[in-house]
Amino acid sequence: MKAVLTWFDSRYPSAYKLWMDHLAGYYAPKNFNFWYYFGSLALLMLVVQIVSGIFLTMNYKPGAETAFASVEYIMRDVNWGWLIRYMHSTGASFFFIVVYLHMFRGLLYGSYRAPRELVWILGMLIYFALMAEAFMGYLLPWGQMSYWGAQVIISLFGAIPYIGDHITLWIRGDFVVSDATLNRFFALHVIAVPIALLGLVVVHIFALHDVGSNNPDGIEIKKNKDENGIPKDGIPFHPYYTVKDIFGVMVFGMLFAWVMFYAPEMYGYFLEFNNFVPADSLTTPAHIAPVWYFTPYYAILRAIPDKLGGVIGMGGAVGIFFLLPWLDRSPVKSIRYKAWPFKFALFLFTVSFIALGILGVLPAEGTYITMARIFSGIYFGFFIFMPFYSTWGTPKEVPERVTM
Amino acid sequence: MKRIIIALTFLLLPALGFASGGVELQKAYNDIRNTASLQNGAKLYMNYCAGCHSLNFMRYQRIADDLGLTAEQVQLLIFDPEKKIGSMMTTSMDPNDATAWFGKAPPDLSVISRSRGTDWLYSYMTSFYVDESRPTGVNNLHFVDVGMPHVMWDQQGMQKAVYHTEKDANGHEHQVFSHLEPEDKAKNEAYKAQVLDLVNFLEYVGEPGKVKRLDLGWKVILFFFIMSILAFWMKKEFWKDVPH
Repeated sequence: MKAVLTWFDSRYPSAYKLWMDHLAGYYAPKNFNFWYYFGSLALLMLVVQIVSGIFLTMNYKPGAETAFASVEYIMRDVNWGWLIRYMHSTGASFFFIVVYLHMFRGLLYGSYRAPRELVWILGMLIYFALMAEAFMGYLLPWGQMSYWGAQVIISLFGAIPYIGDHITLWIRGDFVVSDATLNRFFALHVIAVPIALLGLVVVHIFALHDVGSNNPDGIEIKKNKDENGIPKDGIPFHPYYTVKDIFGVMVFGMLFAWVMFYAPEMYGYFLEFNNFVPADSLTTPAHIAPVWYFTPYYAILRAIPDKLGGVIGMGGAVGIFFLLPWLDRSPVKSIRYKAWPFKFALFLFTVSFIALGILGVLPAEGTYITMARIFSGIYFGFFIFMPFYSTWGTPKEVPERVTM
Repeated sequence: MKRIIIALTFLLLPALGFASGGVELQKAYNDIRNTASLQNGAKLYMNYCAGCHSLNFMRYQRIADDLGLTAEQVQLLIFDPEKKIGSMMTTSMDPNDATAWFGKAPPDLSVISRSRGTDWLYSYMTSFYVDESRPTGVNNLHFVDVGMPHVMWDQQGMQKAVYHTEKDANGHEHQVFSHLEPEDKAKNEAYKAQVLDLVNFLEYVGEPGKVKRLDLGWKVILFFFIMSILAFWMKKEFWKDVPH
C-alpha cells in the first residue's frame, strides 16, 4: 500500500497538496454555527443536479414535438425515472433555498468584507450562472409556463434601445420561442452553464481557502496564531467540519426527501400546475408567474411602470449585490457587534425580499403594485444608504478571540 | 430577529391564497389506493371518454399491471382491433374532424389531473346543466361555453340551473345563479359516486407511480433520520477534543 502511495505521490505530488490545502490542513474557525451548513449543502445540490441531470438527459428529447412527451415518458416508462425527475425538479428549488440562506449568512456576518471581496464576487457570479441555468432548464419540459415564462423573460431584452429586437431574435433563434430556442437552451443548460458553474465553484472555494473563512464573530482568526503558525481558533476542516457537514447533509436529506416524495409540486410553487399543459404558442395563460426563486425580481420588474426602467430595476436588483463589499463601512463585520441602524436595515431588507417574493406570484394589480413599489424602495434603499447608516451608532466591542 | 422574520413570513402567507372567483369547487375525496374504484374508473373512461380523449402517455399494459387486471380483461376494454396491450391509449378520432365538430379538438387527458386538479375535474363533471342556447344543449358551471357535450347524461340525467332575483344598489333586478337542480336526486348521487371513480382513475393516470412514491418516501426519510442520529454521535465524538 505504502509503495503504491509513494509511486502515486512522486508522480502527482499536487494531490497531497490539494488535500492539505483544502481539507486536512485547512484551518477553519471553530465557532461555525447553523448558517455555515449551507456552503457544503450548496455543493451537494450541485452534485445532485449534475448526477440526476445526466440520467434525465439519457431519456429527454429536446424538440418542440418531443420534449413534453419525453418528460412524461421519463415519469412513466423509464425505470425510476419519476424519482430522478423529481430529484432534479425538487433539487432546483432546494438549490436556491440553500444558496439564498448561504448568501444571507454572508449578509449576517459580513463575509463579503475585506479580504473576502473576491470570494463574494465569485459567489455572485455563481448566483448569476445559477439563475441562467434554472431559467433555461425551466424551458425544457415545454409546458405552458415553460414557454410563456421564457417568452416574457426573453422579451425583456427587447426593452434595450436600438439593439433590443436584434438581441431577442439572437437569443431565440426565431421570431418566437420555438424549437430552435428549446434546442439551444438545452445545449446551454446541459453543457455551457454547468461547465461555467463548476469552474466558478472551484475558484470560489480556492479563493476562500486562500483568505480563510469568516465566522459568526467576524474575527480574523489568522491574527491569532500559535508558534507553529496555526490559528489558535482554527480547527482542520477535515475531520471536524466534514463530520459536522455529514450531520447537516443527513438532516437536509430528511427535508429534501419529505418534499420530493410527498409534495414534489409544492402546491404549484416548485412545479407549476399550468406546466402540465403542453406549450401552445396560440394560447397565452391568464397569469404568468415565474418559479418562486425569481419572484422577488419579477415583482420589482412589474413595480416599475416603464418597461426599460423595469428591466434596469430588475437587473440592478441582482447586480447591486456586487457592490456590497464597498457599501458597508461599519467598523465591525458581524451582525453580533454591529450598531442598531444596520441591524434594523438588514431586518427591513429581509422582510422586503420575502414580501417581494410573495408579491411576484400574485397578479400585479391594485394594492399589490403599491406594496411592490414600497418594498422595492426599501430593497434598493438598503444598498444605496448603506455607506451612511452603516457608520451610524456605536457598535459593540468585538472580542479578541471567537466565542463558541 | 430570526423569530420576527419567521413570524412575518407566516403573516404574509395568507395573501397567497387569493380568491379564484366564480363557483366554488366541490371536494373530490378520491383515494388512489382504492383499486376497485380505479378499475371502475378505467371502465367508465373507456366507455365514455376514450372515444374522443386520448391518454397518449399511458399504456394499456400499465393499467393492467397497476390495477390488478388480467391481459384478457384489459383486452375487453380495447375497442380498436389494431391495438395491442402494449400500445399507447391514443384516440381514433381525427383531430381535424374533432375541430370541425366541437370547435376545438378534445385535449389529451394524461396529465389533466395534474394541471386542473381532482377537485376541478369532479366539479366539472358534475356541473353540466341544460342551456338551449348552446349547440350541445348543455353548458357547464366550471367551464363556461365548453364545447364538450354532457357525455354521461344517461348516468346523471339533466340538471337545470336555478336562479333567483336580486336587486342591486340602483334598484336594478339581476338574475343570480343559485344552484343546480337534478332531475332525479338518487340518480344524481349514484352518478357522483361514478364520477369520483372516474376522477380517481384520472389522478392515477396523471402519475401512475404515485402510490409507489408515497410508499417509498417514509422509508427514505427514516433512513436519513437514523443516519442523522449516527452522524450526530460521530460529530460529538470527533469534537470532544476541540477546546472551548
